[in-house]
Amino acid sequence: MHELSIAQGIVDIVGHYVPRARFDTVRCVRVRVGDLAGVVPDSLAFCFTAVTAGTPMAEALLEIERVPYTIRCTDCTSESTTEPGLALCPRCGSIATTIIAGTELQVMTIDVDEETPEHS
Amino acid sequence: MSVITIERKVLEKNDEIARENRALFADHGVYVINMVSSPGAGKTSILERTLERLRTTLRIAVIEGDVQTDLDARRVAKYNVPAVQIVTRGGCHLEANLIRDAIGNLDLKACDLLVIENVGNLVCPSNYDLGEAVKVVVASTTEGDDKPLKYPSMFRNASVLIINKIDLLPYLQSNVAVLRENALKINPSLTVFETSCTTGAGMDAWCSWLTENARQKTAS
Repeated sequence: MHELSIAQGIVDIVGHYVPRARFDTVRCVRVRVGDLAGVVPDSLAFCFTAVTAGTPMAEALLEIERVPYTIRCTDCTSESTTEPGLALCPRCGSIATTIIAGTELQVMTIDVDEETPEHS
Repeated sequence: MSVITIERKVLEKNDEIARENRALFADHGVYVINMVSSPGAGKTSILERTLERLRTTLRIAVIEGDVQTDLDARRVAKYNVPAVQIVTRGGCHLEANLIRDAIGNLDLKACDLLVIENVGNLVCPSNYDLGEAVKVVVASTTEGDDKPLKYPSMFRNASVLIINKIDLLPYLQSNVAVLRENALKINPSLTVFETSCTTGAGMDAWCSWLTENARQKTAS
């Protein structure tokens, strides 16, 4: 259950863009979570609520965009969304594949009220 | 309302410290392995068998990660190698900053191989780079042959797979060939060893591989 420290990490990153004193202006935090990122979205949402509860960011929403696990095959050049982690190309059965999406764990954007806070 | 673009990795702080750790290990010519598995797969036993064979060949140090107790560090200390215990007190994995703190208690100049034994957990440790050269995942035959498919991230991020407890195969339904095949479906470039800590089977092959890789690192 490392979602709690991930949720705290998200809040810390927001802190680089919005001063903590103005955390109440944060309306929404958008994150991308790949299907192979080892993070359970529901659990992350729960932990985000837990780490922001009782803080000025308590009202902020966490929007999670799931990114499907996608591989590119070197042999048949196809791109496929497949079972997370599998290296096997579903088109031609080759294992000469590289992951092109699905490992993301990123804070993408945040919505804040009123004037743009200073970037730090 | 304004939108601020961030596009930053949540684990960037950990990754940054891991890079610093890696640079420090490179400066000292230390080869570092991060051993991961579910609880009870046999990481500590493999480490003990490894220390028995290699402690006179290589200068080895150990960092033990556990949720509670220093039992593992005590097991390892019997082999007269420097051992540091990290107790995470509930934390389900080791992070790069914990390793940075632990290596403060080790003399890296007097070390060829550093073995980090992670907390037993097949999920969380896969996300956290510690600065190691390779992740070694241990899967035991008693866990069944479908583990790689259920926990793909760990097998995808590892370079070596040790299939342990092969002496128990006569009593089990699980099939080593299927386990190996499933692991290679997730990560075709895995180097695979089959071991038993009870009979010692496969330990020589694993230890030769480890010695060769540690020596290459030390020489570079």
